[in-house]
Amino acid sequence: MTQSIVDSARDESASKNDEVLVDVKDLKVHFPVGAGMKFWNENKAVKAVDGVSFEIKRGETLGLVGESGCGKSTLGRALLRLLPATSGDVRFKGTSITNANRRELQDFRRKAQIIFQDPYGSLDPRQKVGDIVGEPLLVHNLTKTKREYRLRVAELFELVGLNPSNSSRYPHEFSGGQRQRIGIARALAMTPEFIVCDEPVSALDVSIQAQIINLLEKLQDELNLTYLFIAHDLSVVRHISDRIAVMYLGNVVEVATPEVLYENPAHPYTQALLSAVPLPDPDLEATRERVPLIGELPSPLNPPTGCVFNTRCPIVVDDCPKISPELRNLTDQHSVACLQSEGYGPYQTTK
Amino acid sequence: MNGIIEVNNLKTYFRSEGKIVKAVDGVSYNIQEGETLAVVGESGCGKSVSALSILGLVPNPPGWIEGGEVMFEGQNLLDLSDSEIRKFRGGKIGMVFQEPMSALNPVMSIERQMTEGLRLHLRMTKSQARDRAIELLEMVGIPDAGSQLSRYPHLFSGGMRQRLMIAMAVSCQPKLIIADEPTTALDVTVQAQILDLLKQICKENNVALMMITHNLGIVARYADRINVMYAGKIIEQGTAREIFRNPSHPYTVGLLRSVPRLDGNRDLQLEPIEGQPPDLSELPVGCYFNPRCRFAIDKCATEYPQTTDIGGTHTSSCWVAEDLASGVVQ
Repeated sequence: MTQSIVDSARDESASKNDEVLVDVKDLKVHFPVGAGMKFWNENKAVKAVDGVSFEIKRGETLGLVGESGCGKSTLGRALLRLLPATSGDVRFKGTSITNANRRELQDFRRKAQIIFQDPYGSLDPRQKVGDIVGEPLLVHNLTKTKREYRLRVAELFELVGLNPSNSSRYPHEFSGGQRQRIGIARALAMTPEFIVCDEPVSALDVSIQAQIINLLEKLQDELNLTYLFIAHDLSVVRHISDRIAVMYLGNVVEVATPEVLYENPAHPYTQALLSAVPLPDPDLEATRERVPLIGELPSPLNPPTGCVFNTRCPIVVDDCPKISPELRNLTDQHSVACLQSEGYGPYQTTK
Repeated sequence: MNGIIEVNNLKTYFRSEGKIVKAVDGVSYNIQEGETLAVVGESGCGKSVSALSILGLVPNPPGWIEGGEVMFEGQNLLDLSDSEIRKFRGGKIGMVFQEPMSALNPVMSIERQMTEGLRLHLRMTKSQARDRAIELLEMVGIPDAGSQLSRYPHLFSGGMRQRLMIAMAVSCQPKLIIADEPTTALDVTVQAQILDLLKQICKENNVALMMITHNLGIVARYADRINVMYAGKIIEQGTAREIFRNPSHPYTVGLLRSVPRLDGNRDLQLEPIEGQPPDLSELPVGCYFNPRCRFAIDKCATEYPQTTDIGGTHTSSCWVAEDLASGVVQ
């Protein structure tokens, strides 16, 4: 007997609501450079993710925003152990993923999946789309008979709004939006609990973006999924997320609910980022105040000391290059890593 | 008001797998001196091809200009020979492309790329051109301009490369700059820097700007007038305010409603435009948007809509445009 995907997800979700699904503690992912000269360049590394801590609760969408090179994709991959962590820990339902053995890891892979940005590059052009979606079922031995396998693949197709009769076609026969649906169906094949969505709509046209965003929201409701939603488009992230983490140069600088982040951004980088996003309204744009960001992103090979943002910060003080601020709570829904935020008492006066 | 450029019934077709693809199919518009015109639409709607056609940059084969005229300073650019139109490219008409890395020559120093146009179009001497290049680099905010000239494009970041492109585009005192998705490859904070710069330079020098983009926010922030394109045709034209306040084509309405807004209500679901844009080699009879349109009436399936005047400069190619504009249907 096959239980439908939707039903089995409901059973599991009935349990707890405030449960921490993914717990990240001081995660660092460094990429060593100049590997051939270990003795000379021992400490040279691109610090893609440099000490990041946060939690993702079951059923929520955590948005992760930041500009290219800030380490958001690296972070997403490290959470799934698609990239090795340099130090720190990632726990999934209390079990450490960074130190998991093969069996534990295989178990984890069933529960955590990823959707990639590029719907053209992430599907094997020589595999039929039905096989692409069904392959995980075979790898993990989840279906016992051929009939069950076919039914499950058809169910997955319907779940993402594709016609199951198309399953013997090849990826090039589908449009970008449809391919992204195939990528989503593949991720859902394992009935995962946690999905890392790595820029899932940025390669799509605006009218198609909305289709995929609505699909992801629908699936989250039906299957009680937990998302880490990585994107550089703040409007999209704000729309879909329950909480948003802002990254800059390998560090999370601010975490808040979308309302708080938009109404009351506390970190100067978040403020600059938000004001750079143009609104589709000429009258508002004419009067809107903007916080320009000066200079260029420093190299992650050699990030600034202290606060990584201090070289471009409009409100920098003497201590910023000396002390690297940690995330501190302003309220229980809002934390920020800035020496001049209210979280750091003594610096308030210099504001 | 003087029209810098006037495009009349421009048609650019491509041949693909034995079929004719009507990438641009009868497009007419003009751009006034110093004004910013945004051309909006999704991939494949013909917005880039219409710009490339102006400059004679459509690859032939597989593409060709089927008809129409592009009037610029009293001449029809489409009648010019290859060597004649070269005098305009990078001269009176500047260009900024999407991919600053592939638009710059990786094995040529910045100095050579910057001075090439100055020497060709403005007949400057080598040292004059070099001095002008330094001025231009300073104008676009590249620090330490003198020593940057001997460097090569790969040493610059994406934002800096786009600044170089802008410096080159304005170097020969153009009347018109065509910017094709100038910031799509860039991050949002860099995007704001670059577009602010481009807009400011155009304003100071009274240069007309034709900006091709799919980002409605950018359009609202920088454009004076807008052409919305769908499947090779302009379906709505007007000032930025006319179009954002009172969108009068179902496709424009759909675009505006399908984009999440940074200041929007998060509880509202997005309203995507269902379906796909049509195949340009097998266009539907009647209105091209008809298969995806929520407001379609019987007539839409048989006859391509006439252009309806909405008021002011605002026009829409839709059979229900008047009802949409007056709010009778929503």
